[in-house]
Amino acid sequence: MKFIDEYRDGGAVEKLVHAIEREATRPHVIMEVCGGQTHSIVRYGIDELLPPNVELVHGPGCPVCVTSLETIDRAHAIASEPGVIFCSFGDMLRVPGSSGDLFDRRSAGADVRVVYSPLDALKIAVENPTREVVFFAIGFETTAPASALSIALARRQKLGNFSALVSHVRVPPAMTSILGAPDNRVRAFLGPGHVCAVTGLDEYRPIAERFGVPIVVTGFEPLDLVEGILRTVRLLEASDPRVENQYGRSVREHGNTDARRWLDEVFEVTDRKWRGIGAIADSGYRVRDAYREQDAEHRFDVAAIEPREPPDCLSGQILRGVKKPSHCPLFGTRCTPETPLGATMVSSEGACAAYYASGRHLVRLGTRRDERRADP
Amino acid sequence: MCLAVPGRVTEVFDDDGIRMGKVSFGGVARKICFECVPDARPGEYVLVHVGFALSRIDEQEAARVFELLRELEPESEFVEEAS
Repeated sequence: MKFIDEYRDGGAVEKLVHAIEREATRPHVIMEVCGGQTHSIVRYGIDELLPPNVELVHGPGCPVCVTSLETIDRAHAIASEPGVIFCSFGDMLRVPGSSGDLFDRRSAGADVRVVYSPLDALKIAVENPTREVVFFAIGFETTAPASALSIALARRQKLGNFSALVSHVRVPPAMTSILGAPDNRVRAFLGPGHVCAVTGLDEYRPIAERFGVPIVVTGFEPLDLVEGILRTVRLLEASDPRVENQYGRSVREHGNTDARRWLDEVFEVTDRKWRGIGAIADSGYRVRDAYREQDAEHRFDVAAIEPREPPDCLSGQILRGVKKPSHCPLFGTRCTPETPLGATMVSSEGACAAYYASGRHLVRLGTRRDERRADP
Repeated sequence: MCLAVPGRVTEVFDDDGIRMGKVSFGGVARKICFECVPDARPGEYVLVHVGFALSRIDEQEAARVFELLRELEPESEFVEEAS
Protein backbone atom coordinates (compact mmCIF):
# COMPACT_ATOMS: atom_id res chain seq x y z
CA MET A 1 0.00 0.00 0.00
CA LYS A 2 1.13 3.52 -0.75
CA PHE A 3 2.95 5.29 2.13
CA ILE A 4 3.66 1.90 3.73
CA ASP A 5 5.49 -0.43 1.34
CA GLU A 6 8.17 2.02 0.25
CA TYR A 7 9.13 2.56 3.92
CA ARG A 8 9.83 -1.15 4.44
CA ASP A 9 12.71 -1.49 1.96
CA GLY A 10 15.36 -3.65 3.67
CA GLY A 11 18.20 -2.40 1.42
CA ALA A 12 17.42 1.20 2.25
CA VAL A 13 17.30 0.40 5.97
CA GLU A 14 20.72 -1.24 5.68
CA LYS A 15 22.23 1.89 4.06
CA LEU A 16 20.99 4.03 6.94
CA VAL A 17 22.27 1.54 9.53
CA HIS A 18 25.73 1.72 7.91
CA ALA A 19 25.59 5.51 8.19
CA ILE A 20 24.71 5.19 11.90
CA GLU A 21 27.69 2.80 12.36
CA ARG A 22 30.00 5.31 10.64
CA GLU A 23 28.76 8.39 12.47
CA ALA A 24 28.26 7.18 16.06
CA THR A 25 31.66 7.68 17.73
CA ARG A 26 30.57 7.28 21.38
CA PRO A 27 27.80 5.58 23.41
CA HIS A 28 24.29 7.00 23.00
CA VAL A 29 21.07 6.02 24.81
CA ILE A 30 17.96 6.96 22.85
CA MET A 31 14.39 6.39 24.03
CA GLU A 32 11.54 5.79 21.61
CA VAL A 33 8.55 7.25 23.41
CA CYS A 34 5.65 5.57 21.68
CA GLY A 35 4.56 1.95 22.18
CA GLY A 36 3.77 1.69 18.46
CA GLN A 37 7.41 2.50 17.75
CA THR A 38 8.56 -0.09 20.33
CA HIS A 39 6.36 -2.65 18.61
CA SER A 40 7.88 -1.88 15.16
CA ILE A 41 11.45 -1.77 16.49
CA VAL A 42 11.17 -5.17 18.14
CA ARG A 43 9.11 -6.71 15.33
CA TYR A 44 11.68 -5.73 12.69
CA GLY A 45 14.66 -6.26 15.03
CA ILE A 46 15.86 -2.68 14.43
CA ASP A 47 17.51 -2.46 17.87
CA GLU A 48 19.58 -5.53 17.00
CA LEU A 49 20.77 -4.01 13.71
CA LEU A 50 22.32 -1.01 15.45
CA PRO A 51 25.99 -0.81 16.49
CA PRO A 52 26.60 -1.69 20.19
CA ASN A 53 27.19 1.96 21.13
CA VAL A 54 23.70 3.04 20.01
CA GLU A 55 21.19 1.70 22.51
CA LEU A 56 17.43 2.03 22.25
CA VAL A 57 15.41 2.00 25.45
CA HIS A 58 11.66 1.69 25.42
CA GLY A 59 9.42 4.44 26.74
CA PRO A 60 6.09 4.69 28.55
CA GLY A 61 4.05 5.36 25.40
CA CYS A 62 1.58 2.50 25.71
CA PRO A 63 -1.66 3.99 27.07
CA VAL A 64 -3.15 0.55 27.72
CA CYS A 65 -0.15 -0.24 29.94
CA VAL A 66 -0.07 3.01 31.89
CA THR A 67 -3.79 3.36 32.62
CA SER A 68 -3.89 3.40 36.42
CA LEU A 69 -5.25 0.53 38.45
CA GLU A 70 -7.84 2.87 40.02
CA THR A 71 -9.19 3.70 36.56
CA ILE A 72 -9.28 0.02 35.54
CA ASP A 73 -11.14 -0.80 38.76
CA ARG A 74 -13.58 2.07 38.09
CA ALA A 75 -14.16 0.74 34.58
CA HIS A 76 -14.88 -2.70 36.01
CA ALA A 77 -17.30 -1.27 38.59
CA ILE A 78 -19.19 0.73 35.94
CA ALA A 79 -19.28 -2.22 33.51
CA SER A 80 -20.82 -4.33 36.28
CA GLU A 81 -23.70 -1.87 36.93
CA PRO A 82 -27.06 -3.24 35.80
CA GLY A 83 -28.27 -1.82 32.48
CA VAL A 84 -24.86 -0.49 31.41
CA ILE A 85 -23.35 -1.21 27.98
CA PHE A 86 -19.62 -0.74 28.46
CA CYS A 87 -17.71 0.02 25.23
CA SER A 88 -13.93 -0.32 25.05
CA PHE A 89 -11.08 -0.71 22.59
CA GLY A 90 -10.26 -4.43 22.40
CA ASP A 91 -6.83 -4.24 24.05
CA MET A 92 -8.29 -2.95 27.34
CA LEU A 93 -10.34 -6.11 27.93
CA ARG A 94 -7.39 -8.23 29.01
CA VAL A 95 -5.85 -5.68 31.36
CA PRO A 96 -5.98 -6.98 34.93
CA GLY A 97 -7.50 -4.79 37.63
CA SER A 98 -7.36 -5.49 41.37
CA SER A 99 -9.46 -8.55 40.69
CA GLY A 100 -9.79 -10.00 37.19
CA ASP A 101 -10.31 -8.24 33.83
CA LEU A 102 -13.22 -7.10 31.65
CA PHE A 103 -13.55 -10.60 30.16
CA ASP A 104 -14.30 -11.84 33.71
CA ARG A 105 -16.95 -9.11 34.05
CA ARG A 106 -18.46 -10.25 30.78
CA SER A 107 -18.52 -13.88 31.96
CA ALA A 108 -20.33 -12.67 35.07
CA GLY A 109 -23.06 -11.14 32.90
CA ALA A 110 -21.84 -7.60 32.19
CA ASP A 111 -22.54 -6.21 28.68
CA VAL A 112 -18.99 -5.35 27.55
CA ARG A 113 -18.58 -4.53 23.86
CA VAL A 114 -15.43 -3.99 21.79
CA VAL A 115 -15.52 -0.92 19.56
CA TYR A 116 -13.12 0.23 16.86
CA SER A 117 -14.04 3.90 17.29
CA PRO A 118 -15.83 6.07 19.87
CA LEU A 119 -18.32 6.76 17.08
CA ASP A 120 -19.36 3.08 17.32
CA ALA A 121 -20.20 3.69 20.99
CA LEU A 122 -22.30 6.74 20.01
CA LYS A 123 -24.20 4.57 17.54
CA ILE A 124 -24.84 1.95 20.23
CA ALA A 125 -26.21 4.74 22.47
CA VAL A 126 -28.60 5.87 19.71
CA GLU A 127 -29.79 2.28 19.16
CA ASN A 128 -30.27 1.57 22.89
CA PRO A 129 -32.05 4.62 24.34
CA THR A 130 -33.08 2.83 27.56
CA ARG A 131 -29.53 1.72 28.41
CA GLU A 132 -26.58 3.69 29.80
CA VAL A 133 -23.72 3.49 27.28
CA VAL A 134 -20.22 4.22 28.62
CA PHE A 135 -17.14 4.59 26.40
CA PHE A 136 -13.76 3.88 28.01
CA ALA A 137 -11.72 6.80 26.66
CA ILE A 138 -8.04 5.96 26.94
CA GLY A 139 -5.05 6.94 24.82
CA PHE A 140 -2.56 9.72 24.20
CA GLU A 141 -3.10 13.01 22.37
CA THR A 142 -3.56 10.97 19.17
CA THR A 143 -6.80 9.43 20.44
CA ALA A 144 -8.07 12.20 22.71
CA PRO A 145 -9.57 14.38 19.89
CA ALA A 146 -11.77 11.43 18.80
CA SER A 147 -13.08 11.11 22.38
CA ALA A 148 -13.56 14.88 22.67
CA LEU A 149 -15.52 15.01 19.41
CA SER A 150 -17.72 12.08 20.44
CA ILE A 151 -18.53 13.76 23.77
CA ALA A 152 -19.35 17.01 21.95
CA LEU A 153 -21.48 15.18 19.36
CA ALA A 154 -23.38 13.30 22.11
CA ARG A 155 -24.30 16.63 23.63
CA ARG A 156 -25.17 18.19 20.29
CA GLN A 157 -27.47 15.23 19.51
CA LYS A 158 -28.95 15.39 23.07
CA LEU A 159 -27.97 11.77 23.71
CA GLY A 160 -28.77 11.56 27.43
CA ASN A 161 -27.52 7.98 27.80
CA PHE A 162 -23.91 8.39 26.55
CA SER A 163 -20.93 9.15 28.75
CA ALA A 164 -17.18 8.56 28.68
CA LEU A 165 -14.80 7.33 31.39
CA VAL A 166 -11.86 9.54 30.45
CA SER A 167 -8.29 8.55 31.23
CA HIS A 168 -6.37 10.29 28.45
CA VAL A 169 -2.68 10.94 28.98
CA ARG A 170 -0.20 13.48 27.61
CA VAL A 171 3.33 12.63 26.45
CA PRO A 172 5.48 15.74 27.22
CA PRO A 173 5.02 15.66 31.04
CA ALA A 174 6.03 11.97 31.04
CA MET A 175 9.23 12.83 29.14
CA THR A 176 10.00 15.57 31.66
CA SER A 177 9.42 13.12 34.50
CA ILE A 178 11.81 10.55 32.95
CA LEU A 179 14.54 13.14 32.35
CA GLY A 180 14.21 14.53 35.89
CA ALA A 181 14.68 11.15 37.64
CA PRO A 182 18.08 10.65 39.33
CA ASP A 183 18.64 7.27 37.63
CA ASN A 184 17.78 8.57 34.14
CA ARG A 185 19.91 7.17 31.29
CA VAL A 186 18.07 8.76 28.36
CA ARG A 187 20.07 11.30 26.32
CA ALA A 188 17.71 11.76 23.36
CA PHE A 189 14.21 10.87 22.18
CA LEU A 190 12.53 9.60 19.08
CA GLY A 191 9.39 11.73 19.44
CA PRO A 192 5.92 10.19 19.01
CA GLY A 193 4.86 10.81 15.38
CA HIS A 194 1.12 10.34 15.68
CA VAL A 195 0.84 12.29 18.93
CA CYS A 196 2.66 15.17 17.20
CA ALA A 197 0.32 14.93 14.19
CA VAL A 198 -2.26 16.33 16.64
CA THR A 199 -0.14 18.55 18.92
CA GLY A 200 2.72 19.69 16.69
CA LEU A 201 6.21 20.32 18.04
CA ASP A 202 5.64 23.36 20.28
CA GLU A 203 5.59 21.54 23.61
CA TYR A 204 8.82 19.64 22.85
CA ARG A 205 11.19 22.58 22.37
CA PRO A 206 11.26 23.65 26.05
CA ILE A 207 12.05 20.03 27.04
CA ALA A 208 14.95 19.76 24.57
CA GLU A 209 16.29 23.10 25.77
CA ARG A 210 15.87 22.53 29.51
CA PHE A 211 17.47 19.07 29.58
CA GLY A 212 19.83 19.44 26.61
CA VAL A 213 18.37 16.43 24.80
CA PRO A 214 17.70 16.22 21.05
CA ILE A 215 14.17 15.11 20.09
CA VAL A 216 13.48 13.81 16.57
CA VAL A 217 9.76 13.33 15.93
CA THR A 218 9.67 10.03 14.07
CA GLY A 219 7.27 7.79 12.13
CA PHE A 220 6.53 4.11 12.58
CA GLU A 221 7.81 2.22 9.55
CA PRO A 222 11.32 0.69 9.59
CA LEU A 223 12.77 3.34 7.27
CA ASP A 224 11.24 6.13 9.38
CA LEU A 225 12.66 4.67 12.58
CA VAL A 226 16.18 4.16 11.23
CA GLU A 227 16.22 7.62 9.68
CA GLY A 228 14.98 9.05 13.00
CA ILE A 229 17.81 7.25 14.81
CA LEU A 230 20.42 8.52 12.30
CA ARG A 231 19.20 12.09 12.68
CA THR A 232 19.21 11.73 16.48
CA VAL A 233 22.78 10.33 16.45
CA ARG A 234 23.90 13.28 14.29
CA LEU A 235 22.41 15.76 16.79
CA LEU A 236 23.97 13.88 19.74
CA GLU A 237 27.37 13.80 18.06
CA ALA A 238 27.09 17.54 17.44
CA SER A 239 25.81 18.16 21.03
CA ASP A 240 22.92 20.02 19.43
CA PRO A 241 19.74 19.58 21.53
CA ARG A 242 17.18 20.65 18.98
CA VAL A 243 13.78 19.35 17.93
CA GLU A 244 13.56 17.93 14.40
CA ASN A 245 10.70 16.42 12.44
CA GLN A 246 11.46 13.20 10.55
CA TYR A 247 7.74 12.52 9.99
CA GLY A 248 6.91 15.61 7.94
CA ARG A 249 4.49 13.76 5.69
CA SER A 250 1.99 13.66 8.57
CA VAL A 251 3.26 16.09 11.21
CA ARG A 252 2.89 19.86 10.80
CA GLU A 253 4.78 22.35 12.95
CA HIS A 254 1.67 23.26 15.00
CA GLY A 255 -0.13 19.94 14.58
CA ASN A 256 -3.79 19.70 13.62
CA THR A 257 -5.50 22.92 14.67
CA ASP A 258 -9.02 21.48 14.28
CA ALA A 259 -8.18 18.51 16.52
CA ARG A 260 -6.56 20.82 19.07
CA ARG A 261 -9.66 23.02 19.09
CA TRP A 262 -11.88 20.01 19.93
CA LEU A 263 -9.48 18.91 22.67
CA ASP A 264 -9.60 22.36 24.21
CA GLU A 265 -13.39 22.61 23.92
CA VAL A 266 -14.10 19.40 25.86
CA PHE A 267 -11.04 18.66 28.01
CA GLU A 268 -8.76 20.43 30.45
CA VAL A 269 -5.28 19.43 31.62
CA THR A 270 -5.10 17.57 34.94
CA ASP A 271 -2.60 15.58 37.02
CA ARG A 272 -2.77 11.86 36.32
CA LYS A 273 -1.42 8.67 37.85
CA TRP A 274 0.45 6.29 35.50
CA ARG A 275 0.51 2.60 36.22
CA GLY A 276 4.06 1.54 37.09
CA ILE A 277 5.29 5.15 37.31
CA GLY A 278 3.01 7.07 39.71
CA ALA A 279 1.48 10.53 39.60
CA ILE A 280 2.77 13.01 36.98
CA ALA A 281 1.69 16.66 37.13
CA ASP A 282 -0.37 17.93 34.16
CA SER A 283 -0.05 14.57 32.40
CA GLY A 284 -3.72 13.92 31.63
CA TYR A 285 -6.95 15.32 30.25
CA ARG A 286 -10.25 15.40 32.13
CA VAL A 287 -13.72 16.44 31.02
CA ARG A 288 -14.52 20.13 31.52
CA ASP A 289 -17.41 20.99 33.85
CA ALA A 290 -19.44 22.21 30.87
CA TYR A 291 -19.59 18.58 29.67
CA ARG A 292 -20.02 16.85 33.06
CA GLU A 293 -23.28 15.18 31.95
CA GLN A 294 -21.12 13.21 29.49
CA ASP A 295 -18.51 12.40 32.17
CA ALA A 296 -18.94 8.84 33.51
CA GLU A 297 -17.08 9.76 36.71
CA HIS A 298 -19.85 12.27 37.39
CA ARG A 299 -22.72 9.95 36.39
CA PHE A 300 -21.54 6.90 38.35
CA ASP A 301 -20.54 6.80 41.99
CA VAL A 302 -17.10 5.24 41.64
CA ALA A 303 -14.77 7.71 43.31
CA ALA A 304 -13.99 5.73 46.48
CA ILE A 305 -12.28 2.66 45.00
CA GLU A 306 -9.09 1.57 46.81
CA PRO A 307 -6.97 -0.48 44.40
CA ARG A 308 -4.60 -3.28 45.30
CA GLU A 309 -1.44 -3.38 43.17
CA PRO A 310 -0.34 -6.79 41.84
CA PRO A 311 2.99 -8.35 42.93
CA ASP A 312 6.32 -6.64 42.30
CA CYS A 313 7.65 -6.47 38.78
CA LEU A 314 10.12 -4.20 36.97
CA SER A 315 7.53 -2.45 34.78
CA GLY A 316 8.05 0.94 36.46
CA GLN A 317 11.77 0.86 35.68
CA ILE A 318 11.14 -0.52 32.19
CA LEU A 319 8.67 2.29 31.42
CA ARG A 320 11.35 4.83 32.37
CA GLY A 321 14.04 3.14 30.26
CA VAL A 322 16.13 2.16 33.29
CA LYS A 323 15.71 -1.61 32.71
CA LYS A 324 14.94 -3.93 29.78
CA PRO A 325 12.31 -6.72 29.90
CA SER A 326 15.07 -9.33 29.82
CA HIS A 327 16.44 -7.99 33.13
CA CYS A 328 13.28 -9.17 34.92
CA PRO A 329 13.36 -12.69 36.40
CA LEU A 330 9.57 -12.94 36.01
CA PHE A 331 9.69 -12.14 32.25
CA GLY A 332 8.53 -15.12 30.21
CA THR A 333 8.37 -17.35 33.29
CA ARG A 334 5.60 -16.28 35.68
CA CYS A 335 4.74 -13.22 33.61
CA THR A 336 3.45 -13.85 30.06
CA PRO A 337 0.83 -12.18 27.82
CA GLU A 338 -1.69 -14.79 29.02
CA THR A 339 -0.97 -14.07 32.70
CA PRO A 340 0.48 -10.54 32.79
CA LEU A 341 1.75 -9.35 36.17
CA GLY A 342 2.51 -5.76 35.26
CA ALA A 343 1.87 -2.80 33.01
CA THR A 344 4.39 -3.57 30.26
CA MET A 345 3.05 -7.09 29.60
CA VAL A 346 -0.67 -6.24 29.40
CA SER A 347 -0.75 -4.80 25.87
CA SER A 348 1.01 -5.89 22.69
CA GLU A 349 2.64 -2.43 22.62
CA GLY A 350 4.16 -2.82 26.06
CA ALA A 351 7.91 -3.48 25.91
CA CYS A 352 7.61 -6.86 27.70
CA ALA A 353 4.79 -8.11 25.47
CA ALA A 354 6.63 -6.91 22.34
CA TYR A 355 9.77 -8.80 23.44
CA TYR A 356 7.67 -11.88 24.22
CA ALA A 357 5.86 -11.80 20.85
CA SER A 358 9.24 -11.78 19.08
CA GLY A 359 10.41 -14.85 21.00
CA ARG A 360 12.95 -12.95 23.09
CA HIS A 361 11.91 -14.84 26.25
CA LEU A 362 13.45 -17.91 24.60
CA VAL A 363 16.82 -16.19 24.31
CA ARG A 364 18.50 -16.10 27.68
CA LEU A 365 20.90 -13.55 29.12
CA GLY A 366 24.30 -13.18 27.55
CA THR A 367 23.34 -14.12 24.03
CA ARG A 368 22.13 -10.84 22.62
CA ARG A 369 23.84 -7.58 21.96
CA ASP A 370 21.78 -5.41 24.32
CA GLU A 371 22.28 -7.92 27.12
CA ARG A 372 26.03 -8.11 26.56
CA ARG A 373 26.14 -4.53 27.78
CA ALA A 374 26.68 -4.02 31.48
CA ASP A 375 23.52 -4.16 33.53
CA PRO A 376 22.49 -0.52 33.93
CA MET B 1 -2.71 2.09 20.39
CA CYS B 2 -1.50 5.14 18.48
CA LEU B 3 -1.66 3.03 15.33
CA ALA B 4 -2.76 5.22 12.43
CA VAL B 5 -3.10 3.96 8.88
CA PRO B 6 -2.78 5.87 5.59
CA GLY B 7 -5.69 5.60 3.17
CA ARG B 8 -7.04 7.32 0.05
CA VAL B 9 -10.08 9.57 0.39
CA THR B 10 -12.84 8.51 -2.03
CA GLU B 11 -15.72 10.66 -0.80
CA VAL B 12 -16.41 13.47 1.68
CA PHE B 13 -19.95 14.47 2.72
CA ASP B 14 -22.07 16.00 5.48
CA ASP B 15 -23.93 13.43 7.57
CA ASP B 16 -26.48 15.06 9.88
CA GLY B 17 -24.22 18.07 10.39
CA ILE B 18 -21.07 15.97 10.85
CA ARG B 19 -18.23 16.01 8.31
CA MET B 20 -17.86 12.36 7.24
CA GLY B 21 -16.32 10.52 4.31
CA LYS B 22 -15.06 7.28 2.89
CA VAL B 23 -11.45 6.15 2.85
CA SER B 24 -10.01 3.22 0.92
CA PHE B 25 -7.28 1.17 2.60
CA GLY B 26 -5.77 -0.90 -0.20
CA GLY B 27 -9.26 -1.43 -1.63
CA VAL B 28 -11.14 -1.85 1.65
CA ALA B 29 -13.50 1.10 2.17
CA ARG B 30 -14.43 2.50 5.57
CA LYS B 31 -16.64 5.34 6.77
CA ILE B 32 -14.47 7.91 8.53
CA CYS B 33 -15.09 11.15 10.45
CA PHE B 34 -13.48 14.21 8.78
CA GLU B 35 -14.26 16.83 11.46
CA CYS B 36 -10.51 17.19 12.21
CA VAL B 37 -9.47 17.34 8.52
CA PRO B 38 -12.51 19.14 7.05
CA ASP B 39 -10.78 20.34 3.87
CA ALA B 40 -9.59 16.90 2.66
CA ARG B 41 -10.60 16.13 -0.94
CA PRO B 42 -11.17 12.85 -2.81
CA GLY B 43 -7.89 11.48 -4.21
CA GLU B 44 -5.81 12.79 -1.31
CA TYR B 45 -4.28 10.50 1.30
CA VAL B 46 -5.07 10.90 4.99
CA LEU B 47 -3.85 9.24 8.15
CA VAL B 48 -6.73 7.53 9.98
CA HIS B 49 -6.89 6.68 13.69
CA VAL B 50 -9.89 5.07 15.50
CA GLY B 51 -12.28 6.09 12.72
CA PHE B 52 -11.08 9.70 12.49
CA ALA B 53 -8.94 11.36 9.81
CA LEU B 54 -6.03 12.84 11.76
CA SER B 55 -3.78 14.43 9.16
CA ARG B 56 -3.42 14.91 5.40
CA ILE B 57 -0.37 13.14 4.04
CA ASP B 58 1.94 15.57 2.29
CA GLU B 59 3.32 13.92 -0.86
CA GLN B 60 6.34 16.24 -1.13
CA GLU B 61 7.33 15.68 2.50
CA ALA B 62 6.84 11.94 2.00
CA ALA B 63 9.67 11.90 -0.54
CA ARG B 64 12.17 13.57 1.80
CA VAL B 65 13.18 10.33 3.50
CA PHE B 66 14.47 9.21 0.12
CA GLU B 67 16.43 12.44 -0.31
CA LEU B 68 18.48 11.54 2.76
CA LEU B 69 19.21 8.14 1.22
CA ARG B 70 20.35 9.72 -2.03
CA GLU B 71 22.51 12.13 -0.07
CA LEU B 72 24.24 9.16 1.63
CA GLU B 73 24.97 7.53 -1.70
CA PRO B 74 24.62 9.85 -4.70
CA GLU B 75 24.55 7.08 -7.32
CA SER B 76 22.00 5.06 -5.41
CA GLU B 77 18.91 3.96 -7.26
CA PHE B 78 16.49 4.50 -4.41
CA VAL B 79 13.33 5.97 -5.75
CA GLU B 80 9.93 6.12 -4.20
CA GLU B 81 8.08 3.14 -5.60
CA ALA B 82 4.68 4.67 -5.00
CA SER B 83 1.79 2.68 -6.36
